Amino acid sequence: MTNSIADMEESKCFLITGTNTTENHPVISTFIKRAVTQRGAKLILADPRNIELAKFATVHLRQRPGTDIAWLNGMMNVIIAEGLANEAFISERTENYDALKETVKKYTPEYVEKITGIPAGDLKTAARLYATSGASSIVYAMGITQHVTGTDNVKSCANLAMLTGNIGRPGTGVNPLRGQNNVQGACDMACLPGNLPAYKKVAEDAERKPFEDAWGVKLPGKPGLTIPLVVEGAAKGTIKALYVMGENPMMSDPDITHVEHAFKNLELLIVQDIFLTETGRLAHVVLPSAAWAEKEGTFTNTERRVQRVRKAVGTPGEARDDWRIITDIANKMGANWNYDSARAVFEEVAKVTASYAGITYERIEHKGIQWPCPTKEHPGTPILHSVAFTRGKGLFSVCEYQPPAEQTDADYPFALTTGRILYQYHTATMSRRSKGLNSRTPEAFVEINTDDAKKLGISQGDRVEITSRRGTIEVVADVSGRVDKGVVFIPFHYSEAAVNRLTIAAIDPVANIPQYKVCAVKLRKVA
Amino acid sequence: MTITIDGKEYTFTPGQTVYEVARDNGIAIPVLCHQEQLKPVGACRVCVVEVQGARSLVASCAMPAEKGMVVTTTSERVLKARRLTVELLLTQGHHNCLVCESNGDCVLQSLAYSLGIDTPRFAEPPTVKPLEQANEMIVRDMNKCILCGLCVRACNEIQVNQVLDFSGRGPTASVGPAFNLAYEDSSCVFCGECVRLCPVGALYEKQGRFKSRAGEARKVRTTCEYCGVGCQMDLNVKDGKVVKVSTPRWNATPPNHGSLCIKGRFGFDFLDSPERLTKPLIRVDGELKEASWDEAVAYVADKLAVIKEKNGPDSVAGFSSARCTNEENYLFQKFLRAVIGTNNVDHCVRL
Ligand code: SF4
Ligand code: SF4
Ligand code: SF4
Ligand code: FES
Repeated sequence: MTNSIADMEESKCFLITGTNTTENHPVISTFIKRAVTQRGAKLILADPRNIELAKFATVHLRQRPGTDIAWLNGMMNVIIAEGLANEAFISERTENYDALKETVKKYTPEYVEKITGIPAGDLKTAARLYATSGASSIVYAMGITQHVTGTDNVKSCANLAMLTGNIGRPGTGVNPLRGQNNVQGACDMACLPGNLPAYKKVAEDAERKPFEDAWGVKLPGKPGLTIPLVVEGAAKGTIKALYVMGENPMMSDPDITHVEHAFKNLELLIVQDIFLTETGRLAHVVLPSAAWAEKEGTFTNTERRVQRVRKAVGTPGEARDDWRIITDIANKMGANWNYDSARAVFEEVAKVTASYAGITYERIEHKGIQWPCPTKEHPGTPILHSVAFTRGKGLFSVCEYQPPAEQTDADYPFALTTGRILYQYHTATMSRRSKGLNSRTPEAFVEINTDDAKKLGISQGDRVEITSRRGTIEVVADVSGRVDKGVVFIPFHYSEAAVNRLTIAAIDPVANIPQYKVCAVKLRKVA
Repeated sequence: MTITIDGKEYTFTPGQTVYEVARDNGIAIPVLCHQEQLKPVGACRVCVVEVQGARSLVASCAMPAEKGMVVTTTSERVLKARRLTVELLLTQGHHNCLVCESNGDCVLQSLAYSLGIDTPRFAEPPTVKPLEQANEMIVRDMNKCILCGLCVRACNEIQVNQVLDFSGRGPTASVGPAFNLAYEDSSCVFCGECVRLCPVGALYEKQGRFKSRAGEARKVRTTCEYCGVGCQMDLNVKDGKVVKVSTPRWNATPPNHGSLCIKGRFGFDFLDSPERLTKPLIRVDGELKEASWDEAVAYVADKLAVIKEKNGPDSVAGFSSARCTNEENYLFQKFLRAVIGTNNVDHCVRL
């Protein structure tokens, strides 16, 4: 996030898209709902589903899945046409505006309506609200990134914010909500194939060099493979060994039938986890690790706040801290690591990671610090880009609408979108083993529009078979107005009805994010 | 601008209440229905004080400080009124502290104690209402409800879940979801904000029942491990087990200021699942068999070394996790880069 969570209460207008915030980031949604109900902030919701936040929306744009660039460009078209662009901000802080202007010219509200199904009048209302509130904040999540055009979707959000000068001030910003607890930290720590800690590039000799010095080894300069490409490599036999720590790709990755085949092809699959997951069952070695309440360390939240995790109880049986397991394996392979605690690891992190340099366990004892925090005296950074963008001037990117990789047709007439729900979490390894959480929604379901259900003879609670070009699953029908006609929604938490048997492995060419949010399916009532 | 409290003058900023000015200057006026995040309503009248020139006592939590005001917080008149209020609250329900989950951590109990109330003057109501405990998370014991309204305001003003409200009047007055529905049949999402703010034992966590009395559990502050909000919470630990997750009734610590959702507040019991892995496993003849750590570490290190030797470092890859800590993620990528020699490291950021 460019801004802080608390800062949301200062916002006068929210544009919320691709996040079912009340279910996936419940406590953040309370800041938004308070701003709307108690301080009169406006809320523009762009979501194909009739989610809880729709109750609080000033205007709800229900776009067809996979058409985000079209409506985002459409909003910019209206803003420019009606003279609502922030010319001062554009000339001082940005470049490439003319190209943007040229691109969005054809995205008139009427043209956009044809692509997205959003009434032209609603789009205009939304554009005016966003451009004129004085402090507008864009909030998005996986619903924006999990598309073939995910990278362009994100850039389009940035374009809109720059066009109206809604960045770098309280109540504004482009605020992606990170899904899992420490996605931000895992990225900062460089569990990414092209990066070293603090987003230094492995391919740049000068950026790699300090790490070679700090770690005392020569490092490879060729960027590595992303998850989908590793799975590809395993299937082809170029990847022989895979070490999986705390992750369950046999549930979370798209087209898991293919993933299973690829993993079975490996010479060595190491899985380190707290439960025997679907992936663990395929492993050659399983290493039992500590759960969060059993270890010391830090997580970095979605607003870049580095916070402490503390050990409250011991590990069961012989399970061990992950840092210790990795250290033991490294030393067995000839490394000479001598960490004796998570704190010792963190001290090294602060030494090699400029944005974490000023953070110590002592400083975050009572309250976390938001990076960048370059020195021990620095208070941390609640708002990014307040005087300049990281690259100097903000660059308007040209993004054109492209239809999703797989479109509906006569054989597969429904657009399937997937996501999370409040009561389960990710691949549900923990939430399904929690009595309270699991009691709420123990079973997988599919949301179907009332009219579609009627046509197919499906009623609430019926068992339904859902088939894509890649697989079939069976779930219970939840018939309501939550999804639009022609759209179905399935949460991805349930292994017995793993929706990722249906999803498509098509990926965004830049970020390599799978297109979970749309694929084509057909439905049938099970007799 | 100044105001006089208990004979001393204090400066204040306009907009502050009498209670806030007193609190900021170390004068403790007891409150019950007041909480810092909520708009004051002045409902319970526990916080009453005498204001010179005013005919009746005023609720200090809802009274704006005014220039030249003269306030007395502990006169006999004030104490008498407070005592009466608390006695009436005590006799509204069955306050059997002996078996109450909030015993020792109850605002009403503390008030009764500090005001020196030994036996309440009035009799308890005769009817006993049944507990609502069908759901797995929250127990409602309306026998102990003192109608302070904190749960209603927590649900509507803090979480904005709009589930709870008052209904009825006089002896039939109650709080709860509309149409007197049980929590599990209403639109309640089990965030537990109402439990957090309830000052008595009317709302409590089911999993924690009979597991630890106030003061017995050690509270360990940590960060929630479910979503990226990173809420701060206290794990209540007794006899080596997490028995409950709690947050203080008032807490200004970012990012969540004491609020949680169902996952953070009620999703910790997987820790004690019998399915937890407790020993390393190695596949032998197609089956995963228990092994020692020495065997497992040697197995992994040897196999990785052989594969790296034969096929080069880029035949090895690692998937890390957004669930793990920064320290673990840092070491994991350092292991692949510095020990194996490949950049094939990624995590589920995209998933
Ligand atoms: S648990 Fe949350 S949603 Fe349910 S009644 Fe209490 S405050 Fe409201
Ligand atoms: S349930 Fe608790 S918080 Fe709600 S009105 Fe009763 S005593 Fe107050
Ligand atoms: S308590 Fe809920 S909102 Fe807060 S971090 Fe945990 S899962 Fe996220
Ligand atoms: S605390 Fe002031 S009226 Fe209840």
